Amino acid sequence: MATIEVNGKQLEVDEEGYLADLNDWEPAVAEVMSKAEDAELTDAHWEVINFLREYYEEYQIAPAVRVLTKAIGKKLGKDKGNSKYLYELFPYGPGKQACKYAGLPKPTGCV
Amino acid sequence: MADFEVAKITKGYVSIPKLKEGTMAHSQPFIAKEKFQVPLGYPGELIDNWKEVVIEKLKELSGKYRSLKVFLDSCIKCGACTDKCHYFIGTQDPKNMPVARQDLLRQVYRYYHTFTGRLFAKLGIPGFVGAKELTKEVIDDWYVYFHQCSQCRRCSVFCPMGIDTAEISMAAREILDQIGVGQKYCNEIIEKAGRIGNNLGLPEPALLDTLEGLEEEIEDDTGVAVKLPLDKKGVDILLVTPSADFFAEPHVDGLMGYAKVFHEAGVSWTVSSYASEAANFGMFIGSYENMRKLSLRIRKAAIDLGVKRIVFGECGHAWRVAYSFLNTLAGPFDFLDPNYPVPQHICEFTYNMIQNNELTFDKSQNDDMTLTFHDSCNVARASRMGDEPGGQFKIPRAVIKAACNNYVDMPSDTIGESTFCCGGGGGLLTDDLMELRVKGALPRATALTHVTNEYGVTHMAAICAICKSQFTKVLPYYGFTMDQIVSVHQLVSSAIVLSDAPKDNEESDETDAA
Repeated sequence: MATIEVNGKQLEVDEEGYLADLNDWEPAVAEVMSKAEDAELTDAHWEVINFLREYYEEYQIAPAVRVLTKAIGKKLGKDKGNSKYLYELFPYGPGKQACKYAGLPKPTGCV
Repeated sequence: MADFEVAKITKGYVSIPKLKEGTMAHSQPFIAKEKFQVPLGYPGELIDNWKEVVIEKLKELSGKYRSLKVFLDSCIKCGACTDKCHYFIGTQDPKNMPVARQDLLRQVYRYYHTFTGRLFAKLGIPGFVGAKELTKEVIDDWYVYFHQCSQCRRCSVFCPMGIDTAEISMAAREILDQIGVGQKYCNEIIEKAGRIGNNLGLPEPALLDTLEGLEEEIEDDTGVAVKLPLDKKGVDILLVTPSADFFAEPHVDGLMGYAKVFHEAGVSWTVSSYASEAANFGMFIGSYENMRKLSLRIRKAAIDLGVKRIVFGECGHAWRVAYSFLNTLAGPFDFLDPNYPVPQHICEFTYNMIQNNELTFDKSQNDDMTLTFHDSCNVARASRMGDEPGGQFKIPRAVIKAACNNYVDMPSDTIGESTFCCGGGGGLLTDDLMELRVKGALPRATALTHVTNEYGVTHMAAICAICKSQFTKVLPYYGFTMDQIVSVHQLVSSAIVLSDAPKDNEESDETDAA
């Protein structure tokens, strides 16, 4: 299995770079992953990543897109509560790219 | 944007491309690990005696399925199928010609299971009758090229012998699974659906939270408390819909459309957390057992909830399984109300209400769009809607036209029974096949470009979760934007006039102005 190095530790990831074990996650994981993809994490990114982690902890799944946009809209203002804003932050899709940085498994299915 | 070449669309039709041998030989999806293989009843990795098992399984399948044997025996090499596959057109790889894809399995079948194949093998010239000995290279080729077929059956429409490459593809994947070489995307999903109830792995609390959020959204929008019930017993209808409808855009807008239609119909309905998935990936891997297991969840949910009817949401291959196989897989459904079709498609449900003048639309709500409709392959070529031939083409269009003023069809050789696959069907909607998906969407993107340029089409509607996700992702490679793909019931949702909507809406504003 492939690994990534975070703070001197080797963490297992799957074929697509998602953490094999959710418990391995720490903020530095998101930093390392985003750096590898030439993305810079701002506070706006962290709002999303933190929400994903909170939601996952409660529901054992990433939030549906409308759940996520609504939550972000409530937190950061209505103009940001839409998928356009989320795609600006995570061009590869909030469902996939943001989940990866947050250490969540990749959403599967017809999505 | 892409680390592969994307064709530039310069004209409104696709022509037969020049051959480029081996251009897609590198394309293959991730192989399923043991944890996804074993729960489905397959070995965790390539088994030692794979060769015997392949030969034996091929014999078993061609003996059990008469259709498969006929398809393997009856190709006359006429060439009618060669330029009909969207993957061939998009990739130029000759092995993506349907006949070449079939031959990958056919050559082995001939070598071991036909008289002429065995005879010419003895003479040392098996190739003379298109037979080939089974080697590891052949297996590798199967894995590569049977994962470049979306089982859309377009080629079979043009085959004078009626050979269905989809069934050959399914058989090949079933054989590969049996020797431990499964595809990660499909098998991970089947395992999840069998454990949790849907392909996404949404557990009941998450489903409830999501549906409640949608209720709030509709009420904020319309002032009407439209419900999206979960696990409600004793209701009229069990809605079985792809879990993408709960999760993704534009799918979720379609789901809200179904809810509004049910609300207007005054029927009671529910989603089941146990059977919260319409999409049956067992079909993609040609596994009767897995397809049956997933179908039985729907039967159990219908019985447990005591419903009278089952309605399916917008999902292409789910509708194939539902319409064509559900009764034999999980029937008889004699406990349901015999006055309604088992199962019924949401488009049929909405269409019937439109026919009976039971829905009111304000079409101007969709006036910002000029629509076209993408016929999803499994609906178009493997099922039907309504009581007449061609209902699967007529009904969704009638629903769109009831909700929209502006509608234009794409060229006739790209829709209806000749529709091009979106490029992501058949278990290929995975990021590890992105190059294939983008290239496979070329014919559809070309047809869409044509109606965009000629008729000002702005949006394309679809009734399949895979089509919607695939187009959202790949059409931007051809210069479109992701929000140009819409759900059919999203259009319904925008235009439907809820009869119990509060009176102080825009309508009264208009009256004031007048």
